[in-house]
Amino acid sequence: MITTSGLTKIYRAHRSRGREVTALDGVDLHVREGEVYGVIGQSGAGKSSLIRCVNLLERPTAGTVTVAGQDLTALAGRGPRAGRELRQARSRIGMVFQHFNLLSSRTVQDNVELPLEILGKSGKERSAKALELLDLVGLADKAKAYPAQLSGGQKQRVGIARALAGDPKVLLSDEATSALDPETTRSILQLLRDLNRQLGLTVLLITHEMNVVKSICDSAALMERGRIVESGTVGELLATPGSELAAALFPVDGEATGTDRTVVDVTFQGEAATQPVISQLSRTYNIDISILGAAIDTVGGLQVGRMRIELPGRYEDNVVPIGFLREQGLQIDVLGQEPVLLREGAK
Amino acid sequence: MQPLLSQACWDTLYMVGWSTLIAVVGGLPLGVLLVLTDRGGLLQNVVANKVVGQVVNVARSMPFIILMVALMTFTRAITGTTIGREAAIVPLAIGAIPFFARLVETAVREVDGGLVEAVQSMGGNTWTIVRKVLVPESLPSLISSTTTTIVALIGYSAMAGTVGAGGLGDIAIRYGYQRFETQLMWITVAILAVVISLIQFAGDYAARSLHRRAGQSGPGPRLRLLKASTATSKTV
Ligand SMILES: Nc1ncnc2c1ncn2[C@@H]1O[C@H](COP(=O)(O)OP(=O)(O)OP(=O)(O)O)[C@@H](O)[C@H]1O
Ligand SMILES: [Mg+2]
Repeated sequence: MITTSGLTKIYRAHRSRGREVTALDGVDLHVREGEVYGVIGQSGAGKSSLIRCVNLLERPTAGTVTVAGQDLTALAGRGPRAGRELRQARSRIGMVFQHFNLLSSRTVQDNVELPLEILGKSGKERSAKALELLDLVGLADKAKAYPAQLSGGQKQRVGIARALAGDPKVLLSDEATSALDPETTRSILQLLRDLNRQLGLTVLLITHEMNVVKSICDSAALMERGRIVESGTVGELLATPGSELAAALFPVDGEATGTDRTVVDVTFQGEAATQPVISQLSRTYNIDISILGAAIDTVGGLQVGRMRIELPGRYEDNVVPIGFLREQGLQIDVLGQEPVLLREGAK
Repeated sequence: MQPLLSQACWDTLYMVGWSTLIAVVGGLPLGVLLVLTDRGGLLQNVVANKVVGQVVNVARSMPFIILMVALMTFTRAITGTTIGREAAIVPLAIGAIPFFARLVETAVREVDGGLVEAVQSMGGNTWTIVRKVLVPESLPSLISSTTTTIVALIGYSAMAGTVGAGGLGDIAIRYGYQRFETQLMWITVAILAVVISLIQFAGDYAARSLHRRAGQSGPGPRLRLLKASTATSKTV
C-alpha cells in the first residue's frame, strides 16, 4: 500500500553553507494493505521526516514514494508548491498529528467538514458525513463545541474523524498519542485498531513508545540515524535472533548471578512450550538451570513467551546445551554473545 | 457651536471610516503576501518580499504631514482637489495601508504552522490555506490591529485638518490654537477621548470574545510558520 525506495532527505541549513543533516538515508519501507505498521526510533532518528515524505509535505531529496499504486514523487513536479494531482492524492491520505492541529476558530463539526470543503462537497453532504464520523469516534454530542473545550483525547478523536473525512485508504499518524496520558493513549490506540479492522484502513504510525507498537502494530520498523535497521511483521521480528525490537517489545529481566555463568533468552511463540525442554536439557546434560525471569504476553496479536535462564559455566562450556535448545526449534539469544552470522543472515 | 462640533465629528468619522476601509482592503492582502513570500513561506519569493517589505517600511515611517504634501498631485488626480475631507482620505489611506499591513503580517505569523500543514495534508492549496486558516485563525489579532489602525488614523486625520479637511483636529487648531477659544478646544479633546475609548473598548471586546472562544488567554505561543525559516531543503 505504501512503498518507499531509496528515500533520502537531506536538510540544508540556509545560512551555514555546507552544514547538512541527512535525516533519511535510503529508506526502503513496505507497508501492506490493511496492516498497522509502526516505525519506532529515538528522537532525531528521522521518523517525522519519513512520514512527512510519504505525503510529500516534505520533498524527498532522492528516492520514490508510492501510495496505493500511485507514484507520488512523480506527481510532485519541480516547484516547491504542490500541483493539483498531488493535492488530490493527498486528499486520499489521512493524517493525524501529535498536537492535533485543529482550527480553534471552528467548531468540532466544522473542523471535520474542512477536508470535505476542500473536496468541494455540498453543505448537506458535509454535515451528514461529519456527524457520521463524529459518531464513529464517539463524539456525536460535541459537534457544536470548540476544540478549546475538549480534552486532549477528545481533540485527537476529532483529528482522527477529520483525517477520515475524505474516505482515505491510508492513515498516517505522527506521534498521535505522545501528548496524551496512558489511559487516553490506550483508548486512542484502540480506536485506531478498530478503524483499521472495520474500514480496512492501512495505518502507518510513528512513535517512540514501544507500548504503541506492542498493542496495535502488525509490523514494525526500527529507525536509527535515518536508516531502517530492522523491520518485519511482529512475528518475524520475534523470531529474529538478536532483534533489538523484539527484545524491546518483549523484555525479560534478570541478572547473571555470577561471572562464571551463561545467560540465555529462550523465546517461543504460540503452542510451543519450554517446560519439558528445559527439564530435558537439565537431565540430558546434568546441569542445574536457574530461571531468572519469564513472561508471557500478547504482542501484535501473537502469544509470545520468553524465559531467561542461566547455565553454569561460560559460553564456551555451554555450546552443546545451547545447540540442543536451538535444535528444539526455540529461538535462543545468548546475552553478551553477538550472534554475528545469524544477525547478518536475518537482514 | 453645536452644529460646528457635530459637523466636525461627522467629518472625522467620515475620513477615518473610509480610510480604515481602504487600509484594511489594501493592507490585509499585502500583509498576508509578506508572510507567504518570506523565506520558507508557501509562495516563497525572497526578492519580491524584500522589495515590498522595504517599500512598506519606508512608507510606514514617513511622517504623515510630509506624505500628505508629497501625495498632493496624486490626490488631485483621484479626487480632483487637494482640499476637503475626500481629498484627505487619499493620503490617510495610503499612509495606513503599510501600517496595517505590518500589523497583519505580525498577526498572521503567529498562526501555528501545524494548522497550515494539516490543511496541506488534506490537499488544500495556498488560497484555501489563506482563507480557511491564516485569516480566521488570526482574526482576534486582526481585529486588534484594526482598532490600532483606527486610533492612529484619528490622529492622522487631525493633521489632515490643517489642510482644510475639516474634522475635530481642524476645530482644535482653528479655535484652540488660532483664536484661543480654549473651551471649544477642551470639548474637542473630550470628544476625541470618548471616541477613542469607545473604539478601543469595542475592538478589545470583539477580539477578546473571539480569543475566549478559541481558548486562548492572549496571543498563542509563537510557533514556526510553514517551515523553519532558517532552513530550505533540497528537492528532487
Ligand atoms: N526542517 C528541518 N530543517 C533542518 N533540519 C531538520 C528539519 N526537520 C528535521 N530536521 C533534522 O532531521 C533529523 C531528523 O528529524 P525528525 O524530526 O525526522 O526526527 P524524529 O525521529 O521525528 O524525532 P522526534 O522523535 O524528536 O520527533 C534531526 O536531526 C533534525 O534536526
Ligand atoms: Mg518527530
